[in-house]
Amino acid sequence: MSFEQKPDQNWKQYQLPDTRGHFGPYGGRFVAETLMEPLLELTAAYEKYRRDPQFQQELDLDLAHYVGRPSPLYFAERWTRELGGARVYLKREDLNHTGAHKVNNTVGQALLAKRMGKTRIIAETGAGQHGVASATVAARLGLECVVYMGSEDIKRQAINVYRMRLLGATVVPVTSGSRTLKDALNEAMRDWVTNIDNTFYIIGTVAGPHPYPAMVRDFQAIIGREARAQIMEREQRLPDALVACVGGGSNAIGLFYPFLADAAVAMYGVEAAGHGLASGQHAATLCAGRPGVLHGNRTYLIEDDNGQIIETHSVSAGLDYPGVGPEHAWLKDTGRVSYVPIDDNEALQAFHDLTRMEGIIPALESSHALAYGAKLARQLRQDQIIIINLSGRGDKDIHTVAAREGITI
Amino acid sequence: MTRLQTCLTGLRAAGKKALIPYVTAGDPGKEVTVPLMHAMVEAGAAVIELGVPFSDPMADGPVIQRAAERALVHGTSLRDVLAMVGEFRQKNQSTPVILMGYLNPVEVMGYERFAREAAAAGVDGVLTVDMPPEEAGDLAAQLERQGIAPVFLVAPTSPPARVQAICAHARGFVYYVSMKGVTGASHLDFAAVAQKISIIRQHTDLPVGIGFGIKDADSAAQAAACADAVVVGSAVVQRVEDNRDDTGRILAAVSAFLRTLVPALQRAAG
Repeated sequence: MSFEQKPDQNWKQYQLPDTRGHFGPYGGRFVAETLMEPLLELTAAYEKYRRDPQFQQELDLDLAHYVGRPSPLYFAERWTRELGGARVYLKREDLNHTGAHKVNNTVGQALLAKRMGKTRIIAETGAGQHGVASATVAARLGLECVVYMGSEDIKRQAINVYRMRLLGATVVPVTSGSRTLKDALNEAMRDWVTNIDNTFYIIGTVAGPHPYPAMVRDFQAIIGREARAQIMEREQRLPDALVACVGGGSNAIGLFYPFLADAAVAMYGVEAAGHGLASGQHAATLCAGRPGVLHGNRTYLIEDDNGQIIETHSVSAGLDYPGVGPEHAWLKDTGRVSYVPIDDNEALQAFHDLTRMEGIIPALESSHALAYGAKLARQLRQDQIIIINLSGRGDKDIHTVAAREGITI
Repeated sequence: MTRLQTCLTGLRAAGKKALIPYVTAGDPGKEVTVPLMHAMVEAGAAVIELGVPFSDPMADGPVIQRAAERALVHGTSLRDVLAMVGEFRQKNQSTPVILMGYLNPVEVMGYERFAREAAAAGVDGVLTVDMPPEEAGDLAAQLERQGIAPVFLVAPTSPPARVQAICAHARGFVYYVSMKGVTGASHLDFAAVAQKISIIRQHTDLPVGIGFGIKDADSAAQAAACADAVVVGSAVVQRVEDNRDDTGRILAAVSAFLRTLVPALQRAAG
């Protein structure tokens, strides 16, 4: 599927997805029949509670007092001076409880699970951030929690595995396929189809079948709503550009969504180019993939000529995914957001730069956004403004960074 | 009448039940599949369900996941699977073949081209596991234009209104997923299965097949007591896996297993 020319989209009246979860040709519900009714029930419950003032009030309280919102919008003064271009602001999602944006979504979905009378939470995880965020909210609400994680990722992320176990979750190693995030998602779906009566599946990104891409976006959109109010207060105007990393794309959608109607705000989704796009070893789905169907939705995928999904590579486990949220596919085709690649080395450079210059250790995922943000800032004037989503903190990655430099901790 | 209709209505008229074994194409090697299909017909298969391997088989249990991995090691593609059906048809023009798989390989080939080439190869039905009727419009239309039946699943979770809608889309037969879970799991509750099938029969005259979790003569007989056709997948594929180093032994083991199911099915019919 491809467009001869860019499809039209009126951003002032943007209301996607439609009732069946479609963003243009993307999204939808591509699942086995057994999951259709549970998905329809979830959609109905979500539609009901998102309009329920009591639910919203409870969510707001949790976000304020448990997650620690609003997260600061921090002016990176020294880094801005060093770059010599646009003023760079960082949206500090790394300061949330559990250290990343993931918890915005798990708090919301856990409240929904409780309202729906579910007693058991399952989740998939790659780097372990979403697994930790799910185990965290499950512990707090007294729900059983099972996290599926590829056996390769379990080796790479031992600390997060232990964190999840401390929080009372069962971490199940997934040994099928490439033994990474995509296989963990398959296995979580298999669990869900077997245990749908008592189980709520908390998907961690804006992918999966409808209503997940819309629901996760709505829970993450607090990032952009806060950033919009904060920059108006600080600078009395909108930013010139937004930058966020895109694996599945939840932190990026969260930042972008409240700005979509603001035509003057440029947006950049930064994908993991791994060893470089030409190497074939990357996870830059929108830069180098093509449309297909995986994990319940139609979107861009990294696949071979026969439609088999190919293993991806990125130094950052959280971006190491061969798909991407369907709304990003639509934002790409319509041209509203530009999707750009940053490779492992560029991301690592940005990791070190921010650590040394601002005293903030960023996650390797977020370091991709920082690397592109730095490039962009240098091209812009000093009176222009960029907001980069600092989606998570880098403590979890220090072993990876050390190992690449030949240091054993 | 299509080959699939002729087969299933013929069996029904004769008071017989259809045995539908499933194997994954290309497991454990491309050269095994066509001889295995012929051997299954010889052993009593009325219809063959041929799995198209996919890298991410979300609805399958471990046995069929491993089969897909074995088939993909040497790159069994959708094109290869169609070639296998074509080769099977050189010697067998009467046994219907249903492809079972996931949507993405079909998306990449293109709906129109897939339907045309599948028809040319002699495919009779296509069951796309991750394509519910809501998303099926374009592909189903292309398949029907080529005389291929789009086969749809009904699940234990499908409420009556969905059962009715699915039956309206279904061609060939209605495939009832006997339980909540993935292929190859156990614990079938046949009373619940029978109840659901009576709801399906209120909405369609098409034959009804049962699959997921039928693993031996006993469960096949119980399934056949309320359905027209019984699909046996993981239990067949397990025998392929157990004998994967020797094609002769695969054919022998699968045939011997199917021969234990045939009398059970006919007892149920009687």
